[in-house]
Amino acid sequence: MLADKDRIFTNLYGFQDWGLKAAQQRGDWDDTKSLIARGHDNIIEEVKASGLRGRGGAGFPTGLKWSFMPKESKDGRPSFLVINADESEPGSCKDREIIRHDPHKLIEGALVAGYAMRARAAYIYIRGEYIREAETLQAAIDEAYDAGLIGKNASKSGYDFDVFLHRGAGAYICGEETAMIESLEGKKGQPRLKPPFPAGAGLYGCPTTVNNVESIAVVPTILRRGASWFASFGRENNKGTKLFQISGHVNKPCVVEEALSIPFSELIEKHCGGIIGGKDNLLAVIPGGSSVPLVPAEQIWDAPMDFDGLKDLGSGLGTAGVIVMDKSTDIVRAISRLSYFYKHESCGQCTPCREGTGWMWRMMERLRTGDAAIEEIDMLQQVTKQVEGHTICALGDAAAWPIQGLIRHFRPELERRIEEHNAKFAEAAE
Amino acid sequence: MADRSPAPDTPELRERWGAFEFTESYRAKADQAIARYPEGRQRSAVMPLLDLAQRQVGEETDTQGWLPLPVIEYVADYLDLPVIRVLEVASFYFMYNMKPVGKYHVQVCGTTPCMLRGSDGLFETCKKRGMKKGHVSDDGLWTLTEVECMGNCATAPMVQINDDNYEDLTPERFDEILDELAAGKQPKTGTQIEGKRTSEPEGGPTTLKEMVDVNHDYRGDWK
Repeated sequence: MLADKDRIFTNLYGFQDWGLKAAQQRGDWDDTKSLIARGHDNIIEEVKASGLRGRGGAGFPTGLKWSFMPKESKDGRPSFLVINADESEPGSCKDREIIRHDPHKLIEGALVAGYAMRARAAYIYIRGEYIREAETLQAAIDEAYDAGLIGKNASKSGYDFDVFLHRGAGAYICGEETAMIESLEGKKGQPRLKPPFPAGAGLYGCPTTVNNVESIAVVPTILRRGASWFASFGRENNKGTKLFQISGHVNKPCVVEEALSIPFSELIEKHCGGIIGGKDNLLAVIPGGSSVPLVPAEQIWDAPMDFDGLKDLGSGLGTAGVIVMDKSTDIVRAISRLSYFYKHESCGQCTPCREGTGWMWRMMERLRTGDAAIEEIDMLQQVTKQVEGHTICALGDAAAWPIQGLIRHFRPELERRIEEHNAKFAEAAE
Repeated sequence: MADRSPAPDTPELRERWGAFEFTESYRAKADQAIARYPEGRQRSAVMPLLDLAQRQVGEETDTQGWLPLPVIEYVADYLDLPVIRVLEVASFYFMYNMKPVGKYHVQVCGTTPCMLRGSDGLFETCKKRGMKKGHVSDDGLWTLTEVECMGNCATAPMVQINDDNYEDLTPERFDEILDELAAGKQPKTGTQIEGKRTSEPEGGPTTLKEMVDVNHDYRGDWK
């Protein structure tokens, strides 16, 4: 188990004050000037060396992403850092804890990361439903301004850097980076075609990097303790610590920071009081938020919880929002409810997604009651393949994968329901 | 996609809301929001302004607030934008109410993590009290909406009522909360489990135990 001294988010549960003074006592904003004095490229190199991969779901190496930003502005356009706090992936609830209990880690991270990529300002896009959380974060930003930590000559570093908060208004799709940029510009959150990538033309047509809250908030600690410290946790290519969020059928659902690659069983037994009804009662797990395919009990139990380990199981780490389902779960309904979610959240821009998500949900509802034909399972599988990869953003993929996971692992259950339903009808007809 | 259209544009609506404008304090907040964006990019402030407008409508009607067409036009005018640019934003984002709502907007999360922890029971509680999804109750107190994941999954099931979250709910506790609100009281927000702080495991954290009582500085152990 990760030692407490190696945890980055020490006020994760909010037992202590989130305010500036308390945060400074815990080590935030400690000589930030010297971190900045290391220089743009040194910071990027250090983050690269730490092996930090984006914590928002895709797992793209953070340092590498920053290095795509222009080193100088040839045409006078400023650069922007956009911080993605639009945490809306079902199963995910980690950024909320950072924002309301350790907001200064995020603001300090914004300054250091923003400086490294030569950004002029950071916009933190927080989901609209996080109302109290946004109030806390805005108050923390105000505190940081008043203390001279951000703004003109931020932390006496000689670098000018602003941090602004922008509240969303209830659209999952705005978690997609280009949709987020559109939304920041005051438009509907409909994703843009790429290229151009945001690092070339993002917010207001300026070079922009979009990073997840957790990716940014861990940066000051990585710089203070060194890349090798961070890289000492987890397996090769899956380095560092990570906030896991365990929900569903465990005895004690919680958010907890652990080393990447921790076995699923250890995560559940040590922190969550085990599966409800014991290990044998586990049915399946969605290990990385709703968008990744589920993994059946026997495969997940000893699996390392990291990017590559879960990819090997045909799933993914995603946001590390672990949704646990025991044998009392109506598994078809659980996935069908996710299909409804994607139907609800499709932005309507691309036809395969707009029409496909609704179609898939209606089909899932029929499979739930068994009111279907066996061939329709294959038809559904085919349609998910036609949605996947044929849309501007990944929402189409995200809607397809949970269903594919269900068919892959629970086809006998789907067939059983159909047969049962048909038998009932045959009986009634006699 | 969610099916959302504005309330019908009637003479009554015009009469009630045609003269809408920000009060002094809302105007100050609106101007503050606009100042967060670069010169010439005032359009970015359309979302905060719609939120402020909805809140002011809420104060005037003693509800959570909503966005009548004349109010949307006012925001468009405030930002010097065509009305459709504001209307399309208002109808795209789910938190802008396109129709009147009750004093308390009861938003029960029904997505899978909450469903697994018993959100069905919460809907049952609402049903027993006569609430219907998408309708304002006869006494004007409640509007029930099933919302998609609110990001409180480790403390599921949860309900958001206006600006506050109520987490780790049981149908019984939820019923009490609604009673308290109806009686004009402010129920305890956040987790409803006795002795639990936020999203730590029930019964006390398994990690960072020093932090429970003191603001511990772990740097001494770093080396």
